Amino acid sequence: MIRKSPALLAIDGDAVVKEALRRIEQPSRRMFLQRSLTLGGLSLLTGCAIVDDESVEHALMKVSRFNDKVQAWLFDPRRLAPTYPESMITRPFPFNAYYGEDEIREIDADSYRLEVTGMVADRHAWSLAELRALPQVDQVTRHICVEGWSAIGKWGGVAFSGFLARVGADTGAKYVGFKCADDYYTSIDMATALHPQTLLTLSYNGRPLPPKYGFPMKLRMPTKLGYKNPKHIQAIFVTNTYPGGYWEDQGYNWFGGS
Amino acid sequence: MTDAILPIHPVWLRVTHWLNALAVVLMTMSGWRIYNASPLFDFKFGKAITLGGWLGGAIQWHFAAMWLLAANGLVYLLCNAGTGRIVRKFFPLSPRAIVADLRAAFRGRLTHADLRQYNAVQRAAYLFVMVDAVLLVLSGLVLWKSVQFPLLRELLGGYETARRVHFFAMAAMVAFVMVHLAMVALVPRTLLTMIRGR
Repeated sequence: MIRKSPALLAIDGDAVVKEALRRIEQPSRRMFLQRSLTLGGLSLLTGCAIVDDESVEHALMKVSRFNDKVQAWLFDPRRLAPTYPESMITRPFPFNAYYGEDEIREIDADSYRLEVTGMVADRHAWSLAELRALPQVDQVTRHICVEGWSAIGKWGGVAFSGFLARVGADTGAKYVGFKCADDYYTSIDMATALHPQTLLTLSYNGRPLPPKYGFPMKLRMPTKLGYKNPKHIQAIFVTNTYPGGYWEDQGYNWFGGS
Repeated sequence: MTDAILPIHPVWLRVTHWLNALAVVLMTMSGWRIYNASPLFDFKFGKAITLGGWLGGAIQWHFAAMWLLAANGLVYLLCNAGTGRIVRKFFPLSPRAIVADLRAAFRGRLTHADLRQYNAVQRAAYLFVMVDAVLLVLSGLVLWKSVQFPLLRELLGGYETARRVHFFAMAAMVAFVMVHLAMVALVPRTLLTMIRGR
């Protein structure tokens, strides 16, 4: 017990530094995005004085929002992603995050609590033991990264739709948001949250989820791109207010479906 | 009206041609930046010839220009079929005629006296690029929405195979564009007819 407080403090210190770095970094990334978009725009539309950075970026964001709607319309809540035999599992399954492998967070299993808030009836925080006591299922599915590569893995855990029912979530709400121990955050549409293959993942390949795949818990959705699958989830909230996401706020498409 | 008064290329053809040219440039350059994020082969495209800056920007361009490519392509194909132009301009077409015209071309004996008539090599090349563009759109759909289009995904051999199909269809499109531009440079009048119609 005595060991835990310093560990938590250390994580908090890290989080503060990370947050500060993120705030410093983001404007420059935006500038970079603006400049790059402009360069492309200008080189292609030479002589078109009406086209400037801002309006090009704005127009592209509008199309991205439109693409969210198209994807929500295309999304069939009953259509399943293909599953594969275990012999097709990609070994080793690639690690991917917005940071390097040397920065993977170590979460303490005993003190871990999953917060559930927002439009839910039962707001109690879940311990890992409680989550592991829920009915578990396995799936071998393809993870598709926004970068283009894909890999097949075997994830196990709790059907998210069942979990949402258990906590009395208002499934008429628009979004489910996630906050993670690695300062990542993202959000998904309710239709995908209720999809039968959306899994509160506690294990990888039959063993507890290793830190690099998001210990103690990640959300796995074979119907969405990798960056929509948050790792090290600490808080889940149901809301009608658009929560955005770490990459989404920088320009990745929000729906990110596949 | 006689053939002499009618423009060589009707206005719908010229508009869709240039919109398609813009869409292809945007799709290709942003696609190269997306490729660079996780290269299939042992090379990357030079940053200077890519569009979007970072991956997120390139994807925004790609998934915006896709609407232009698809909508404009659909209008082009519908007009082409509806007006009967596709039958008039591209057929008959035989392998023998393609070989004969290719030979004549390499000997510098293929004339372009009447720009109304496509020679057999042109017919084959333009039909090829139409099919290639359709393949690009279909394989792109599998990459974008592999779960939502299961039939298309399986027809193209699954997600990973569709990636390769998309890449090689892109390479074929780029090869077409390069030959196309070289031919326009050799017969500059064709550029004027594609702008003015005659």
